[in-house]
Amino acid sequence: MYAARSRPTAGNFELWAWLFMRISGIALLLLVLIHFAIMHLFTPLSDVTFDFVAARFSTPFWRIYDLVLLALALVHGMNGVRVVADDYIHSRGWRLVTATTLWTITFIFMVIGAQIILSFQPSVGTG
Amino acid sequence: MALRPLNRSPGEPMGGWRLGIDRSRAWTWFANYKGQTGQWAQLVHRLTGLGVALFLLVHIIDTVLLGWGPSVYNAVAGFWTQPWFIGLEILLAGAVIFHAINGIRVAIIDFWDLGSIYQERLFWGVVVISLVLFVPTAVVMASNIWR
Repeated sequence: MYAARSRPTAGNFELWAWLFMRISGIALLLLVLIHFAIMHLFTPLSDVTFDFVAARFSTPFWRIYDLVLLALALVHGMNGVRVVADDYIHSRGWRLVTATTLWTITFIFMVIGAQIILSFQPSVGTG
Repeated sequence: MALRPLNRSPGEPMGGWRLGIDRSRAWTWFANYKGQTGQWAQLVHRLTGLGVALFLLVHIIDTVLLGWGPSVYNAVAGFWTQPWFIGLEILLAGAVIFHAINGIRVAIIDFWDLGSIYQERLFWGVVVISLVLFVPTAVVMASNIWR
């Protein structure tokens, strides 16, 4: 009988991280499965082209959808990697190095991902 | 396999959380592995999570290539359509489905004070629901190769 992970008892950050993983996980369940069904199941990969994405991004709905998906998936994924890594890394210093590296990756991918979702102009593709 | 609550003390909030794996003793856990379903679930949950997280980073990079215009993006998107990648894509679908459905199990165990009692039954529920979702998904995705 094992809970996947004990509820953290020490430290505010770990408690919030634990709660975030549950709440974002439930949100991602819907967001990812719908995203996957549309992009991989009902659309053959060969149909996912520039024009296909341009058509999706012509409505603000899918831009907001993808932005929320990007933010939740990235933080959920990178925090998950951190939690797994902490099981194998015990020194305070190396944990700090790991966390800093992962949050830096998170920040960079968040910025470049959000940048393309927000600034993408479909008209560039028609040329 | 016996169903028994571990170290549940009545006074603790939410039924007690001193369950399972001490984070500082992951190796001890692995060395004392007894093949219980919850351990399998946790191991597969981690491996699928790490795999999906790695894919997410690759996927963000290929999406950012939209900014380079249609020729660059379509060249990369075309690379993903090779049959060997469709196999990986089906694996990805399986990983996402298991991680998502088992994630519900994790949340139920954490938020429902009887969750740990029913975790093994929940595990088999996860297996059944995952297969029900995965098998048709895999068939449709495989058939997309010939479309």
